[in-house]
This record gives sequence, structure tokens and C-alpha cells, in this order.
Amino acid sequence: MTQRSNWGRLTRSPAFNGYALISPTALYALLLLAAPLATVVYLSFQTDGSGVREVIHQFTLRNYLEAWTDPIYRAIMQRSLFVSFMVTLATVVLAFPVAYFVSFHVAPNKKSLWLFLITIPFWTSYLVRVFLWKVILGYNGVINSGLKSIGLIDDPLTWINVNVGAIVMTLAHAYAPFAILPIFVALEKIDRSLLEAGRDLGESALMTFWRVTLPLAMPGVVGAVLIVFIPTVGDYVTPDIIGGGKIPLIANVIQKQLLAIDNMPLGSAVAVSAMLIVGVISAVFVLANARFLRVKK
Amino acid sequence: MKSQGNGLRLYAILYLAFLYAPIFLLPIFSFNDGTIIAFPLKGFTTKWFAVMAEKGQLHQAVINSLIVAGSTAILATTLAIFAARASTRFEFKGKGAIMAMIMLPLVLPEIIVAMAILVILLQMGVGLGLTTIILGHTLICTPFAIAILSAAFQSLDKSLEEAAYDLGEGKFSTFRLIILPLVLPGIISSLLISFTISMDEFILAAFIGGTSPTLPVYIYSQLRFPKEIPVIMAVATCLVAVSIVLLIIAEYFRRRGVAKTGGKDSGGFL
Repeated sequence: MTQRSNWGRLTRSPAFNGYALISPTALYALLLLAAPLATVVYLSFQTDGSGVREVIHQFTLRNYLEAWTDPIYRAIMQRSLFVSFMVTLATVVLAFPVAYFVSFHVAPNKKSLWLFLITIPFWTSYLVRVFLWKVILGYNGVINSGLKSIGLIDDPLTWINVNVGAIVMTLAHAYAPFAILPIFVALEKIDRSLLEAGRDLGESALMTFWRVTLPLAMPGVVGAVLIVFIPTVGDYVTPDIIGGGKIPLIANVIQKQLLAIDNMPLGSAVAVSAMLIVGVISAVFVLANARFLRVKK
Repeated sequence: MKSQGNGLRLYAILYLAFLYAPIFLLPIFSFNDGTIIAFPLKGFTTKWFAVMAEKGQLHQAVINSLIVAGSTAILATTLAIFAARASTRFEFKGKGAIMAMIMLPLVLPEIIVAMAILVILLQMGVGLGLTTIILGHTLICTPFAIAILSAAFQSLDKSLEEAAYDLGEGKFSTFRLIILPLVLPGIISSLLISFTISMDEFILAAFIGGTSPTLPVYIYSQLRFPKEIPVIMAVATCLVAVSIVLLIIAEYFRRRGVAKTGGKDSGGFL
């Protein structure tokens, strides 16, 4: 009898219900994300076998030594970080005014329409959009052939073609909504009376923006930076298609080691190293902005 | 203040034009009577769409994609219902950490997710195919589905549920009779978004799909052949058109869901 009532109390407790409800999803993430990631970390310390997909289970640090000392990997990792920095900067700076406009100058009943318009391109095939940028920016592409046919240029522009700039441009386009949404959410939370107070106390519109709006929007900006920076470091499709394989980024190296070269341990070590670097940079960035993130709601 | 708003409006409109530029070019060149994607346009034709109808491999890829996207949508939404309900209704220790793990694929580079799943599948000796793509897609679609469903569950009035209990309904009948109808629009929206993401996803499908290409994998394989490009433009036009239609329906249901549960529309899916 007591056992049954204890059981009854247990099944009515919020914690029990919470765990019971979330367990299928948590278990799924554990099996398909946590376990695979742990396997990658484990493999990065093992030795590559000579057979196809063979791994000799013998502890070694050689993969990391190679990943961190080989000048090619270093150069590619640096290029990946540079591209991600540029993409993040371009995306967040270009996105902020749009988020500001939608939050402050669009009627409340039109806001979700604007956000919907901004997110549509993001949901349509990433692969197709990247390929279209190649078509647009290419040597005989849309821009060059267009300018030529209206007589503005005689020879195709080469500085817009296959280069790091084209990769940055394509990625900045792809991640635009990712930057707008967190900034928009932060701007929406700002108490509008604070801005009026700033103006009433004699601050100019610009100074009010600088001293009130921007600091309060910083949690959104930090979120936008992270949500653009982290995935772009690992972007595979854009360098592959726009760069035509000539400007590999770190994701292309990982893919090559994993599949073409068939060295899973080294590929794993490069991947783990890349994630560590990204993690450290992100952590430093968050800490540097900690004073903005503590702002009370 | 007003002039500042006008300047910003112009900027926002230019920004939208930049976002939509590639998508607008798709239909233009898929109806262009030339094999090279360049100006000036050569004339109107529908032959690329006719060629599309004759490609057996393409049809197989479309069927594969439909199977994968359909299964993924159902699995991801089901998993998301559990997580969204648990996280919005109950308090328990470690909720933040558990939710962070579930939402992690949202920020992880896809190549990392793809390689991790590939590595563990190879280590376990699991054969690659449509099933493995479905498993991977479910993982990356679940966080998006949770984001949509959390909004739906969040705005539920707890007293409705308590009223049902007081009137003698059990846990499951309360869920079926009270909660489910109220969050149904959110569920439909989540199904459609998951379907669209899975339909468009390339990296995971390429890594863990083995020899069963989905539509994006097929498109990727054709990009190397210049003479196939116009047909691919036609295929992409159809894909993008389908995506946009699904998104508009999803947005319609998402808004209806928010209105139904009496919540305030914060806009957007994320």
C-alpha cells in the first residue's frame, strides 16, 4: 500500500514527469550526437591501419602532432578562421540595421511578415544558392556577361571570381537571417521608455543609441556572432563549389582525410583541433562581453 | 526620426533584394534557351523541364528525398513534442544541460555532425543508406522543431489542463482532448519545416547516404557537367518553389497556433 502511494507521489512530481517526457529525445541525442562525438575524440588518439577504414586501437599523439605542425594544415586553419572572421563581421554589421529597422520602425502587426521574408531564402536549398553565387560571380557569369552586354566593361572582371572574397560573400549571404534574428529578439526586449528617458535627459539620438540601445542589444549581437562564426568555420559546400577545390578550408581537409585518403584518426584529430580552437575563441569572445550579458531584464 | 526610418527602410529593402537575388535568377535561366548561364538571354523555352521528365536517376533521387524527408519530419516532430512539452511544463534538475545537448546540432558545424555519425556507423559496421540519412536528418531537424513547438506549448494556459483533471480526465486523455488540439497548428508547422530542411540538406546526405542519392546529392553530382547545368537550374527551380510553398503553409499554421493559444506573436521560426 505504502509502496503504491510512494509510486503515485513519484509519478505526480514535476521532476519525474520532466525526466520521463524528455528521455526519448535526450536518449536520441545521446546515441546519435554525444556517442559519435566521443568516438571521434577516441579515434583521434588511435593509429591508422593500412587496410580500408582500418584503425589500430593503439594510443598515440601522432595525429595531433601532425595536425598542429604540418604547415599546410596550419595555413588552411588560418584561412578558415580568417574567412569566418570576415563573414561574421560582414554579416553582423550588415544585419544590425535591418534588425533595428524591423524592431523600431515596423508596425507590430507587420513584424512577423518582415521576419518571414527575411527567413525564406535561408530555408531554400543551401546547395543551390551557393551554386547560384558561382554562376553570378564566375568569369563568364551573370555579372560579367551582364556588364559586357550593356557595354560597361570589355573584359570580364577577375577580382570577383574564384577567391576568398567570393567565399566570404556567399557565406555572408547564407548566414544573414542567423544574424538578424538574435539581434531582433534583443532589440524587442528593450524597454522603450529607457530611450525616451535618455532623450529627456538631453542626450542626442546618436548618443542614446550608443549609450542605451547598443549596450542593451549586445546579448543579441553576441548570440549572432557565435551562431554565424561557429558553423562557418566548418562550412564545406561553399569552398568546394565557389573555390572549385582550389581554396580548401578546414572542412574540406577533414572530408578528404576521412574519405579520399582514408585516415580516420588524422581526420578526427584535425576536426577535434578545429573545434577546440573555435571553442576557445568563442569562450574568449563571450568573456570579453560578459559585462553586457549580465544586464538584468 | 521619420527620415531616419525612411533611410533604414530603403536599406532594409536593398538588403532583401540582396537576399533574394540568387533565387530570382533561378527561374530566369531555367526558361532560357541557351546552355550557358549568362546574359544576354537567348529566348524562352520549356525544354529543360521536358528533359527533366526523362531522367530516371533524377526520379529515383526525388523518391529517395521524399521518403527521407517524410520520415524525418514525423520522427523529428515526435521527438520534439516530448522535449518541448517537458521543457515548458516541468522543472527538473539538469534541464538546461539536457536541452543544450539536444539543441547542440543547431550551432555545430554540419561537417562535424556528419563525420561523427559516419565514423560511428563505420565502426559499428552499419550499412549506409536511406535509413542512416533519416537518422541523421532527425538529429538536425529536432532542434528546429523544438524551437517551433516550444512557442506553441509555452503559451498554453495551465488552468485548462487542470480543469480537465478536475473533471476526471486522465493524463493521456487530457493531452489528446485539450493540449493536442491547441498545439496542432504548431505540430503541422514543425512537420513542414522539418520536411523542408531534410529535403534541402546536402552534407549529411552525402556523407552517410552510401549509394542512395537524395535530390541535393544528385544535383551536386551533376554540377560538374556544364551541359547539365540548365536542367539542374530547372530542377532547382522546382525544388525552391516547393520549399517556398511549404514554408508559407508552415508560417500560416504557426501564426494560427500562436493566435489559438492566445500568445503574442514574436515572429519568425527561431
